[in-house]
Amino acid sequence: MTTRIDARFAELKKQGRSAFVTFVMAGDPDARTSLDIIKALPKAGADVIEIGMPFTDPMADGPSIQAAGLRALKGGMTLRKTLEMVRGFRKEDNATPLVLMGYYNPIYIYGVDKFLADAKAAGVDGLIIVDLPPEEDTELCIPAMKAGLNFIRLATPTTDDKRLPAVLANTSGFVYYVAVTGITGSAAADSKVVGEAVARIKRHTDLPICVGFGIRTPEAARAIAENANGSVVGTALVDALKGSLDAEGRATAKTVAAVADLASALAQGVRGARQAAE
Amino acid sequence: MNQNLPNSYRSGPDERGHFGIFGGRFVAETLMPLILDLEKAYVEAKADPSFQAEMNVYLKDYVGRPSPLYFAERLTEHLGGAKIYLKREELNHTGSHKVNNVLGQIMVARRMGKKRIIAETGAGQHGVATATLCARFGLECVVYMGAVDVERQQPNVIRMEMLGAKVIPVQSGARTLKDAMNDALRDWVTNVHNTFYCIGTVAGPHPYPMMVRDFQSIIGHETRQQMQQAEGRLPDSLVACIGGGSNAMGLFHPFLDDPSVEIFGVEAAGHGLTQLHAASLAGGRPGVLHGNRTYLLMDDDGQIEEAHSISAGLDYPGIGPEHAWLHETGRVTYLSATDEEALAAFQLLSRLEGIIPALESAHAIAKLSELAPQRPKDHLMVVNLSGRGDKDVPQVGDILKGRKK
Repeated sequence: MTTRIDARFAELKKQGRSAFVTFVMAGDPDARTSLDIIKALPKAGADVIEIGMPFTDPMADGPSIQAAGLRALKGGMTLRKTLEMVRGFRKEDNATPLVLMGYYNPIYIYGVDKFLADAKAAGVDGLIIVDLPPEEDTELCIPAMKAGLNFIRLATPTTDDKRLPAVLANTSGFVYYVAVTGITGSAAADSKVVGEAVARIKRHTDLPICVGFGIRTPEAARAIAENANGSVVGTALVDALKGSLDAEGRATAKTVAAVADLASALAQGVRGARQAAE
Repeated sequence: MNQNLPNSYRSGPDERGHFGIFGGRFVAETLMPLILDLEKAYVEAKADPSFQAEMNVYLKDYVGRPSPLYFAERLTEHLGGAKIYLKREELNHTGSHKVNNVLGQIMVARRMGKKRIIAETGAGQHGVATATLCARFGLECVVYMGAVDVERQQPNVIRMEMLGAKVIPVQSGARTLKDAMNDALRDWVTNVHNTFYCIGTVAGPHPYPMMVRDFQSIIGHETRQQMQQAEGRLPDSLVACIGGGSNAMGLFHPFLDDPSVEIFGVEAAGHGLTQLHAASLAGGRPGVLHGNRTYLLMDDDGQIEEAHSISAGLDYPGIGPEHAWLHETGRVTYLSATDEEALAAFQLLSRLEGIIPALESAHAIAKLSELAPQRPKDHLMVVNLSGRGDKDVPQVGDILKGRKK
C-alpha cells in the first residue's frame, strides 16, 4: 500500500530536500475561509498539510491552538464538516498529502469504522491522534492501517531507546518527533539537540522523520530541515491567522493571505536547508 | 446491563488498566513513560511493608484516623426509617477525605524522587490537602483551579496560599474543574522530568483510578470494623456523593463482594437532569477524556459539555471509570440530587446534628429523605460525610440572604 504521504516523501528524497509541513485548524475561523486557506497552502510551498480536528479539551495544545479550536467550534465546525472540507480540497488537488490531527473522542463518538471509511473516501491519507499511545493500538491504529490510512505516531524526548521500538512498530507514513517536552507553541526547539534525537530515531527506522513543536520562523525551520525529513509549523500559522481577524473574530479580506504569506516565507526557509543527511 | 457478571467486583482493573471497557491509558506519548514508571513505583510501594507502616503513622498522628462512625440519632428520628450512621471523613486534618489519597501519592512521589507536585482542584479540598502535605514534606506545590471556582471557594484559596502553594486560576473553557485538569496535564507534559501529578480523584490514566481507590479504601475498611463493633454486623446500605467519585469508591470498594450490602452513589443533578447538571452516568455516555474511557457529558460531535453543580467539587462532566463499570454491571445504583436538594440537606444536617457538611457531601445527605424512610428501623445505613462545609459557608450564606430579600 502506498499513500500520498509515501509518494510525496519518495519524490522529495529524489529532489534531495526536506518537507515543509503545515498545520491549520479545520473551520478556523469558519469552514469556507478554512478551505480557502488549505487550498492556498500547496501553492505557498506546503508539501504536507496537517488539518486539526477541533476538540473542546486539547490537552497537548498551547493557548493559540486551543483558541483556534474554540473559534472553529463556535463557528459550527464538526468532524463531519472537517471531512467535507477534505473532499472540497481533493476536487482540486489529488497529490498533496492530508493528515488529520487531533484527539480520540470525536472519532470514537463518530464511530471508528465509519470514520475510517469516510476519511479514506474523502481523501485523507494519515492520522495523528495525540491521546492514543501504542498501549491503545487496538482502538484506532490497527483498524486505520487495515483501512489503508497511515497512523503517524508522535515520538518525544521522553521516548527512550527501550520504548522506541514499541512506538515505531505500527507507525507508517512518517514519524512525528515532538522537539520539546511540552505543549504546542511552547519554547523554541534547539536544532542541535533535535538533530541528535533524529539521528537516534533513524537508527531504529527507515521512515521519514518530521519535527514539530516550537518552530516559528524561516530560520528555525531551515535549521531543523538540515537534520530532519520535514519541519512542521502550526502555532505560528495559527497566530498569523488570528492576527488577521476582525474585532469579533471573523475572517477579513487579509486572512487567507496572512497565512499563505507566512507559509511562503517558511517554505523558503526549508528549501534553503542543506540536503538532509541520509 | 452486562450479562457477563464477574466473579468478583474487587479484582479490577486488568493489567492494561481496564474495568470492563472503561479506564485505559489515553495520554500523549510524552507522559506514557512516566505513567509506566509510576505504575511500577506504586506496585513496588504496595508490596513494601515499610511503606504501609510509614503511611499508618501519618494516617494516625497527622490525619487523625480512624475517623469516627457516628450514629446520627436526630437525623434518624427525623427521617423515621433506617438507622443512619455518618462516616466522619470531615474530621480528618484538612477537612475532607482527600488527604487519605494525597498522603499516599506524596509518599510515592518521594520514593520516585520527585520534588515538584502539581494538582487540580475543584472545591479546593484536594488542593488544600496537597498544599498541606507538600508543606509537611518540603515539596514545591502548584495547584490549578478554575477561575470560577477560585471565586466561589475563596476560603480554600487563601488556605492553599497560606500553606505555601501557588494557586493558578485557569481561564480556559468553563473555568472549572475540567479545565483545571487540562492545564495540570499541560504543566505535566512540560515539566515531566521533575514533576509528580497528584490527581485528586479515581480518574485519569491507569494507574491513577486504581491507586487513588486503594488509598481511599481505608474509609470502607474502617467502616466494616466500626460497624462490626457498634452493631455486630455489616451495614445494609452505603450512600456517598460522586463527582469523580473517590470518597464513594473508598467507602464502596471493600463492600463490593458483600451482596447483602446495597450501594448508592449520588451524582450532582444541578438545575435538574433536563437542564444544566453534572450527572455523567444519568445524562452522559461512554467517551474518552483525561486519560480514560468513562461516561462523559458531551454533544453528538464528541465535544465535551460543560457541567453545572452548585458544588465546585462535583462540577465535572465525567466520572471515575470504575464507577462507569459498576453502573453497567448494576452492582451500584446511581441516583442524583439537585442544587436545591443539596442546599436543603446542608441546612438540615447543620440544624439537626450540629454538623455543617460540605455542599458535595450534602448531595448524599439529600437522598436520605428518599432512601431512609422506606427502610425498616433495623436497617443500618452508612453515609459518607466526605467533607466539612466551612468553605461553603460564605457561598450558602449569600444564597440564603439573597432569598430573604
